[in-house]
Amino acid sequence: MWGELAVTAVKLLIIAVAMLTTVPIMVWVERRGAAFIQDRLGPNRVGPLGLFQPIIDAVKLLFKEDVTPAAVNRWLYFLAPGISLFIALVTFIVIPFGAGHDIEVFGQALNGLIVAPDLSVGVLYLLAMSSLGVYGVVLAGWSSNNKYSLLGGLRSSAQLISYELSLTIAVLAVLMSTGSLLLTDVVAHQSPSLLKWNAVPQVIGFLVFVVAMFAETNRLPFDMAEAETELVAGYHVEYSSMKFAAFFMSEYIHMATASALAVTLFLGGWTLPGLENALSGWPLLLASVAVFVAKMALFLWLFVWVRWSLPRFRYDQLMNLGWKVLLPLSVLNLVIVAVLMSVGKL
Amino acid sequence: METVVFFATAVVAVVAAVVAVAHRNPVINVLALVVTLFCVAVNFALLGADFLAAAQVIIYAGAILVLFLFVVMLLNAPMETTAEERRPLQAGLGVGLALVTALGAILLLARLQPAAPADGPAGTVQAFGRLLMGPYLFAFEAISVVLLAAMVGALVLVKRKH
Repeated sequence: MWGELAVTAVKLLIIAVAMLTTVPIMVWVERRGAAFIQDRLGPNRVGPLGLFQPIIDAVKLLFKEDVTPAAVNRWLYFLAPGISLFIALVTFIVIPFGAGHDIEVFGQALNGLIVAPDLSVGVLYLLAMSSLGVYGVVLAGWSSNNKYSLLGGLRSSAQLISYELSLTIAVLAVLMSTGSLLLTDVVAHQSPSLLKWNAVPQVIGFLVFVVAMFAETNRLPFDMAEAETELVAGYHVEYSSMKFAAFFMSEYIHMATASALAVTLFLGGWTLPGLENALSGWPLLLASVAVFVAKMALFLWLFVWVRWSLPRFRYDQLMNLGWKVLLPLSVLNLVIVAVLMSVGKL
Repeated sequence: METVVFFATAVVAVVAAVVAVAHRNPVINVLALVVTLFCVAVNFALLGADFLAAAQVIIYAGAILVLFLFVVMLLNAPMETTAEERRPLQAGLGVGLALVTALGAILLLARLQPAAPADGPAGTVQAFGRLLMGPYLFAFEAISVVLLAAMVGALVLVKRKH
């Protein structure tokens, strides 16, 4: 029992630290990437290439005055950023980050680089947790007692609920063709060849998932919750210092989790054809993590690329896209997968 | 370990249920209900019904109560009830107490055993799906028709004025 706990604790520590480290790296990539796309330099004064800029920013946020407006509902005002960060940090435990089925640590089988390999509901756990994440945004908007915050919170919750539907149906098609809720099985199902990657037979589902992923993480062109030009900053306009930073960090961790999920569901996870035959043990583990991180980086860059290329949708366009385009497309994908399965082509 | 988790979540669930009814602020009421449902979901998981636990969180805590919260936040009702509005509550407290006594007496007489964890695949998605698509297919389909009827009814009521 203790060995099992120790293995889980070590995996949790490694992955949690890795997820938290993505935040400063992504902040740097975002700012330098934006500068690159807009033909300017971006932050380049602190450290080589401005790499230490996020650290300075974090220190600044830590020492900033923490202002609590007089008219807020104190309990909920304090609770909201906590909920956001908590949800962001507990979702990734069902995602397999690498190989390692033949490795023993502390005399215990490692059972793959995944925190909870035996959680039978698998990806449902992830969906359940992320559906609770909307409370952070709604409560922040309501408890701030500010009309911009309230509008931002309401818009965001409507958007999250709408796009969750198409996202879930896209995930459902993947689970159907795998025949299991466990993401380790989803990865194993895709491992034999590139053509087995779910992005190939389920290309519609893949596209729906990627679009819904942008909406679920509140990123442009779907950042209706923040919409600086009309709502000042939306639901977190009354937050300052580390409470603001909690929202900021959870947005970036959500991006990382969404990217990891997209890689796992549609791009073969940590596998690469031939990798498992060529290597084994620790080298395979390290190589598979490298493959996973490389695929994740593709999606993370896509987030930045799209943000600085596309303007924000209007609210009615957003709802039309969600309900009248993505939802029928995701159902179409489900039907196609079901038909392909029944004729034995999948 | 499981006993500790059970008692912790059970106590939190009951306390949150009381808050859900008794607190003056409707937003707090809804949130307390979320906490209750979440704790009940943890108890489902302890009994081996993992799928039910996940479904409980996704559907109730994640979707339905968000809509509740939406309605409460959008209604321009006075946010906190006053002492006068709460007077029927005292009558309700009496009825509630009588009900608790009656239920408690029944429970004591019946000498209920705690439910045993489901063995084997009973709580898994496969077993659950087989039941829904097999013996309970009619009930399953009938419920979806009832829900559809409720939705159509709500639409008719809203549109009647125009």
